[in-house]
Amino acid sequence: MDAILMQLLNGLDKGGAYALIALGLTLVFGTLGVVNFAHGALFLLGAFCAVTFQKILTISKKILDPSITYFDAYIEQPYLEIWFGETGLAIIDYAVPLSIIVTIPTMLLIGLAMERGLIRHFYKRTHAEQILVTFGLAIVLQEIIRHFFGANPIPTPAPDIVSGSAAVGTWIGLGENFVYPWWRLIYLAVSTAIISSVFAFLHLTTFGMVVRAGMYDRQMVAFLGINVQRKFTIIFGLAAVVAGVAGAMYAPILPPDYHMGMDFLVISFVIVVVGGMGSLRGAVAAGFLLGVLQSLASMTAVSSLLPGIDQIIIYLVAVVILLTRPRGLMGRKGVMED
Amino acid sequence: MMKQLMNLLKKQSDLTTILMFAAGVLTMPIWLDPIGANYPDLLQKFVIFGIFAVGYNILFGLTGYLSFGHAVFLGVGSYAAVWSFKLLTMNVLPAMLFATLISGLIAAAIGFVSMRRSGIYFSILTLAFAQMFYNLAYSVLIPITNGETGLQLRMHDPRIIDNYFSDPLPGLPSTDFFGMSMNGYSGFYFCAVVLILAFYIAMKIFRSPFGMKLKAIKSNQHRMRYTGSDTRPYLITAFIISGMFAGLAGALLAVTDPLAGAERMQWTASGEVILMTILGGVGTLYGPLLGVGIIKYLENIFSTINESVLQQFFSFLPQWGENFMVAIVSPFVGEGWHLTLGVLFMIIIIFLPGGLMEGFSRIQKRYRKAKINDTQSDSTKE
Amino acid sequence: MTDTVLRISNVNKAFGGLQALSDINLNIEKGKVHAIIGPNGAGKSTLLNVCVGLLTPDSGAVTFNGGTNVIGKSPHEINQMGLARVFQTPEIFPDLSLLDNVMIPAFAKRDGAFHFKLFQSLSGETKITQEATEMLASVGMDDKLHVIAGSLSRGDKRRLELAMCLIQRPHLLLLDEPTAGMARHDTNKTIELLKKIKEDGMTKIIIEHDMHVVFSVADTISVLAQGAIIASGTPDEIRGNPVVQEAYLGGAEL
Repeated sequence: MDAILMQLLNGLDKGGAYALIALGLTLVFGTLGVVNFAHGALFLLGAFCAVTFQKILTISKKILDPSITYFDAYIEQPYLEIWFGETGLAIIDYAVPLSIIVTIPTMLLIGLAMERGLIRHFYKRTHAEQILVTFGLAIVLQEIIRHFFGANPIPTPAPDIVSGSAAVGTWIGLGENFVYPWWRLIYLAVSTAIISSVFAFLHLTTFGMVVRAGMYDRQMVAFLGINVQRKFTIIFGLAAVVAGVAGAMYAPILPPDYHMGMDFLVISFVIVVVGGMGSLRGAVAAGFLLGVLQSLASMTAVSSLLPGIDQIIIYLVAVVILLTRPRGLMGRKGVMED
Repeated sequence: MMKQLMNLLKKQSDLTTILMFAAGVLTMPIWLDPIGANYPDLLQKFVIFGIFAVGYNILFGLTGYLSFGHAVFLGVGSYAAVWSFKLLTMNVLPAMLFATLISGLIAAAIGFVSMRRSGIYFSILTLAFAQMFYNLAYSVLIPITNGETGLQLRMHDPRIIDNYFSDPLPGLPSTDFFGMSMNGYSGFYFCAVVLILAFYIAMKIFRSPFGMKLKAIKSNQHRMRYTGSDTRPYLITAFIISGMFAGLAGALLAVTDPLAGAERMQWTASGEVILMTILGGVGTLYGPLLGVGIIKYLENIFSTINESVLQQFFSFLPQWGENFMVAIVSPFVGEGWHLTLGVLFMIIIIFLPGGLMEGFSRIQKRYRKAKINDTQSDSTKE
Repeated sequence: MTDTVLRISNVNKAFGGLQALSDINLNIEKGKVHAIIGPNGAGKSTLLNVCVGLLTPDSGAVTFNGGTNVIGKSPHEINQMGLARVFQTPEIFPDLSLLDNVMIPAFAKRDGAFHFKLFQSLSGETKITQEATEMLASVGMDDKLHVIAGSLSRGDKRRLELAMCLIQRPHLLLLDEPTAGMARHDTNKTIELLKKIKEDGMTKIIIEHDMHVVFSVADTISVLAQGAIIASGTPDEIRGNPVVQEAYLGGAEL
């Protein structure tokens, strides 16, 4: 029972990341009509925003180690600590959550740049060309990260105060033995919050209403004289921010490395297809569902029966769903159908 | 003259085309020598990936369906070939047949599922399958694929057929084709012959009613259905054929270097063949081969350049200039070859999606227009 | 006794609360040009889609050539049964040449829904190439055999599309607003073409808006209004029918 609950929570966590990426993908696809293979790279860039922020905060200076007297030994001390003492250390400790302050504007800029510089020119081109050029962009971004950060995952720890585990068991009456990492719970809360705000934005603001209308009938919205182009840019920026923040916050859970963008992208595409292309709710639901499924499949009880099933279960499920219900779980008729 | 050459290329009868092509391929060591491409490893890569790209073009070029999963067949072909080497014989023929057959079967399965959807759905499905098979090879089917380490030959492999006919020799045996070694130039010539055969099949398909129907599907699938053709079997057949070509290429990779690894199945390898096909010219007979040649040649050069080579190259500049240039160029060479590939990919898609073949025909048209403008007396207008 | 090529019996179709088709009964007779007209929203497109098997009616049947049920069949099956269709916006193969465009339907007719033979050469297909060339000549486009179809004018695309349908010698040719969006000049050319192919005795259903076209080529006219057939008969009968005139808001168009 404990194991199941553990994996359930893990799955929801992972599912949250998937859902956020899939959400952005669907938004971009539904409104702009563009298939963005570089979306995973946005997640990647967000994660590396957190990494870079942490690296900057911990820029250090070599000082003499006072504890060793018989030869000159050096230790590194972060400038922040030198200047601000305890507070400095605290700031470094909170690097990941604080990085959000930097991640949001950075990702917004990156998203806007991407839309204006590249994506915009591909609205009229074929879907194949959109896929290909964003695919190329994804490779370029990935390789740039690899060049600057190397090929190994970079540990990016959560703040000390939340690096331990919460006594979840005692909360829900499962006994004291069941604990779950604080940061993962926080991530769950954060991803749910972001998803809710996106939906709130779409349903409660005029801008959001236009976006939803555009997802149903792009031509109509254009005919109504609404400046579609600017909306597109903003939506793309929004999607970039969502993916980026999701990535930044995920850094303590999975040490970022250069190919995580593509790894998450493939799964997110599968999720979008399973949830139903063009359906925001479907994307989110499928994200969480498949995340949980993947985690449950990795339980030792299951993997002893079918080794490695967790690696492929998502794809198997996707295949089955596409064979039996080609529109996905919540797909709308007429989206992407020839 | 250019125009006549292009017309010449298009209107050749099948026999003349294949003879010209065969001549061109078999003499590669000669005409590639001046640009430093004349060594067996590279030549082998040209022809093997040529087979891969030609087959890929049958799907992407003719039907327009963009598959991200063809690297799967490359990997499957390699694994199947190595297993044939281990279980049956070092003779490459059974390995190639085995590999092509198995790739065809897997292509049938993947194609059947993926072709239920079109356009983007299809591409995503193939990407998902690619990732799935990669994971299978890496962690699930380790008894078959040997996971991370890759599948290699061992001294004590059964090699049933070989050992039936003769006693095992000491050391690891090498692949052969009825006695002909697969190393060096003889390996190249063997693969070149296979390429010529593969090209012949592709050419036949391009110039057949079947090929025309595939093009019709790409042009307007809706209309195709309403004119009485069931499009799905056509698409699946094209998928299977291209999968078999890829499997054959994978087998040849193992023939020239008997090992098989999961990384061959990664989506990046699929991306590479897409780039090669597009760079040369999607949907043209010769385009993909051109693309293969250029990419593999550049890869050969770029990946061997390292910092010291760059420093030597820029040594004519003052120190700060040299450092500056090295800093700018170094991300793109050596291990950064993939970055270059990505940038090249984007440039081609943005500016020349029809590939080099389209570039040539554009130049040709401009040249022709210039000629018409020059000769004032020309009054044959349509 | 003229036989019925297409029999539509008691077809009903509702979308949500809207009854798009109510109790439609139509017999399309062999060799006749049967026009279906009606004001916008009358249900013409819905009826058409039921006839080609795209929409499943809530009740009723559509049978082809005496027995085969049309409903639920896929588009290629229906074409193989002998029904060819012209679309509102001409559907052709824009990337292929005119000759290739007409050869494809010919292949489909000869080879069936799926045919694969390795080592078959296009240059060896002289018979079909010949047929296609002749067909293009009969619609007056044999001077453009190797032109890429996408560059044609709309009127020419329409002619090409007709050629593509006719080469299959269908039992029934369905024309969905063939002159939609055409200028007067093109419309007249199309009428001429329709009159010309009328002579070959092929059964046709024309869904149309333009009265001029309808009265020039139709043998029988059925009028659809608000999902039901309000009148059916010869052009003269329809012309003088007060019910029809009212359906068209004063009958000014007639």
